[in-house]
Amino acid sequence: MSQASATPDQFVHRSRRGAELFLLVLALSVGAGAYAAVGLGIEGEIPADMIGYTGWLAALMIAAHVAIRMTAQYADPILLPVVAALNGLGLAVIHRLDLANNSSFARQQLIWMTLGVALFILTITLLRDHRILQRYTYTSGLLAIGLLLLPMMPIIGNEVRGARIWINVAGFSFQPGEVAKLLLVITFSGYLVLHRDALALAGRRLLFVDLPRGRDLGPILGMWLVSLGILVFQRDLGSSLMFFGMFLVLLYVATERPGWLVVGGTLFAGGAFLGFQAFSHVRNRFEIWLSPFDYVDRSPGSGQLVESMFGMAWGGLIGRGFGEGQPWRIPFAESDFIIGAIGEELGLTGVMAVILLFAIIVERGLRTALVCRDGFGKLVATGLATIVALQVFVVVGGVTTLIPLTGLTTPFLSYGGSSLVANWVLVGLLLRISDQARRPLPGVEEPYATYDSGADEATQVVKVVKP
Amino acid sequence: MNKPIRTVGVFCMLLFIALLAQSTNLQFFRSGELNDRPENRRVLEARFSAERGSILAGETEVALSVPVDDRYEYQRQYPLAGQYAHMTGWFYFGGASALERSQNAVLSGDDPSLFVNQLSDLLANRNPAGSNVGLTIDPAVQEVAFEQLAAQGEDVQGSVVALEPSTGRILASVSLPTYDPNQLALRDVGDVQDNYQALYDDESNPLTNRSVATTLPPGSTFKLVTAAAYLEDHPDVDANSQVPGGNSYQLPGTRTSIANGGRSCGDTTVSLTQAMEQSCNTTFLQLAVEEGQEGMTEIAEAFGFNADPAADYPGTSASAYPENASDDLLAKSGIGQQDVRATPLQMAMVAAAIANDGVLMEPYLIDRVTSPDGETITRHEPEERAEVVSSRTAGVLQELMVNTVEQGTARQARIDGVEVGGKTGTAENCDGCRPYAWFVSYGERDGQQVAVAVMLQNVSDNVTISGGGLGGPIAKAVMEQALGVGE
Repeated sequence: MSQASATPDQFVHRSRRGAELFLLVLALSVGAGAYAAVGLGIEGEIPADMIGYTGWLAALMIAAHVAIRMTAQYADPILLPVVAALNGLGLAVIHRLDLANNSSFARQQLIWMTLGVALFILTITLLRDHRILQRYTYTSGLLAIGLLLLPMMPIIGNEVRGARIWINVAGFSFQPGEVAKLLLVITFSGYLVLHRDALALAGRRLLFVDLPRGRDLGPILGMWLVSLGILVFQRDLGSSLMFFGMFLVLLYVATERPGWLVVGGTLFAGGAFLGFQAFSHVRNRFEIWLSPFDYVDRSPGSGQLVESMFGMAWGGLIGRGFGEGQPWRIPFAESDFIIGAIGEELGLTGVMAVILLFAIIVERGLRTALVCRDGFGKLVATGLATIVALQVFVVVGGVTTLIPLTGLTTPFLSYGGSSLVANWVLVGLLLRISDQARRPLPGVEEPYATYDSGADEATQVVKVVKP
Repeated sequence: MNKPIRTVGVFCMLLFIALLAQSTNLQFFRSGELNDRPENRRVLEARFSAERGSILAGETEVALSVPVDDRYEYQRQYPLAGQYAHMTGWFYFGGASALERSQNAVLSGDDPSLFVNQLSDLLANRNPAGSNVGLTIDPAVQEVAFEQLAAQGEDVQGSVVALEPSTGRILASVSLPTYDPNQLALRDVGDVQDNYQALYDDESNPLTNRSVATTLPPGSTFKLVTAAAYLEDHPDVDANSQVPGGNSYQLPGTRTSIANGGRSCGDTTVSLTQAMEQSCNTTFLQLAVEEGQEGMTEIAEAFGFNADPAADYPGTSASAYPENASDDLLAKSGIGQQDVRATPLQMAMVAAAIANDGVLMEPYLIDRVTSPDGETITRHEPEERAEVVSSRTAGVLQELMVNTVEQGTARQARIDGVEVGGKTGTAENCDGCRPYAWFVSYGERDGQQVAVAVMLQNVSDNVTISGGGLGGPIAKAVMEQALGVGE
């Protein structure tokens, strides 16, 4: 193909929209198939609204696909199908728990998914170039801080199960932190892309590690304080770890200096130690992690965690099958512990598939960062991918007792409007950046557009593009 | 910036590998350990909802799982209620008792010995079903024993045990008062606890299996053991030989004298057969002293005292013969008083060993395990427990017991055309308590044998308690049924 001949270091990507459409059909079959399996497993029949439900899912996916075709022709073809499959599976599992618990979370989640897809389409349609976001570096920073402070406000702030991360507005509860994570990625990327030279070059060497200058420590200390603040005032271990980890990764990527990781890691360890010393809820989480069975009957105890462990063990390699397990034994299985419900009824096979789907999202995000041509885009893509990786690690690692449990939603799977909507926007941003990154450069594409594939490549003018 | 992005990629990969490894650890390597934790209600419920095997007596199902239309799919039922309650026990959500508990692995199908069945269930994609436990109990004999004992009155407390002497099969095991296990196998655990508490608080102890768990002084029936010890040591003695007798006997080292309740036991000596027929206390007090602690203990333990019998019968207690007794107490042990304690099963074993020419077969309750479609998976083979006495001694003892039925205290057990040997006993557990009655016997007809022990701990207040009068007719009816008399 002619476009592949651009330059040695500027591989020209194909648009691959057909592949995306094919993968979307597979993703739809995951969502619809799981929904049918839930109906068969629990009520013994295909759900009555099967056609309507499948049609709705298909309509959402086609809308997203068409929007990509029209506005982001070169966007990564794998991200959307993977996200759609996860969202569809999550809906089916929530529906399964609804049938057991007599709740109606799945219906609400479908509404949230619709809103998420709408915002996804808006994101890629309105935002034609991600670099525009760089203008809002400080605005989004302020906005993020404001959002993070909202749950602390009287009246609208709301404490749920020990964590003060919710707000209630007009009957809707919302987790501002989920939106703040996107804004913070933009803020950090905008800040770091401007100051990376100062952060990277100044400093002194100590024992093979380049340590940064004292005055450059300002931002990292500031972020450390924000994370500590989230930990202290909102009692939210998970978000705190996620924000700080994402910030450290971006700092490292921007400066290419591992020294920042040393500084940040030390700060994190110090903060974690302080938190452990000062706060009983942190200590409690840690002790539960060490010996979950000693805390089953206590409050705050490990009943939820232990039930989830039992469920996963009961599921074994291939799971009990939808309707054959007892995931309703896990309190709030539809949100933080949805992996436990999947592990019980779909087995280790299902859990591994889910983890690998998340790994694919992260891999596609980092690949986008690699091929992106501008520093800001690289940082944003890295930050978004890292957020997904850390969030999945924190929540799945917590549920499987790899690390102490901290409350976070599992992206795209868990019930929760703010999380779902924010993650759909996250994917929209990633797709926008990947479209920008994979799109043939205007100056390269147009002169060769008239060549047909039989042209003699040796005679082509090679235009070197400096990234 | 690409180099650190690649490093971040490797880092994220490590995170995901750690998650994959940990979920494998949890769902594969640790799943067995987690499934076995007692607080894991998933596993409890799954076991509770599984189709459990039946407990059978002959072809009669005495415990079975019936499909019902609720969450747990099966309800455990006990069609004969109290008749088998002490053997089957009950099965409910919180647990199980007696055979339901001890045979749980077989009944639920989890037992490793059922591996081949489990494999074929798996290959045929069937729900694994539990296997059936077949008892040695003969349902007709059990029914006769139950009804005969129950006929003694509403407040009767007692037990009947029947054994097949040549094999050790337990043909009947009745204990009264009893309870309805269906009331303890209800869905509602709270109701079960209430019903259990009521039974537990009941002063007549309906939950106690008097066949194997209640030990009481066996009284005069123990004279068979004393006679056995004496006969083993004196090869020249037969039924007509003279043994020490007399109207009363002063216990060594005491001023207490024991008499014979007015029965004729000679002036100084009496024939052995008369001593047994008339249940002469003076004779067996002296024989026990003559045999000494060692000789008595040896023979008592050979009959099964001081050890748990019937390993597959849940809840058995060991019968006791005292150690290191002073001579006066040793003498009293010779007539089954003082610290001698026996279960009805133990006294049936004594009669069975005598009937089986001195060889005691290990009693057993579980005959076979069968697959859900009725094929036998394992069958219990009879085992010899001990050669208690020589066949000569056994022959003399048989003669003594037959004479006791023919012309002695055990006349009520006579059956025309059947060789029946028996021995009565009446004993007190304490001064002034109501006495209780024993009756031990065996019957033989056309080479077929049965040994029966009847124990009556308490009957209605207006009934005079005597071993022969109350126990004899019950034993007779049970033997008739077991030997097929009148069919």
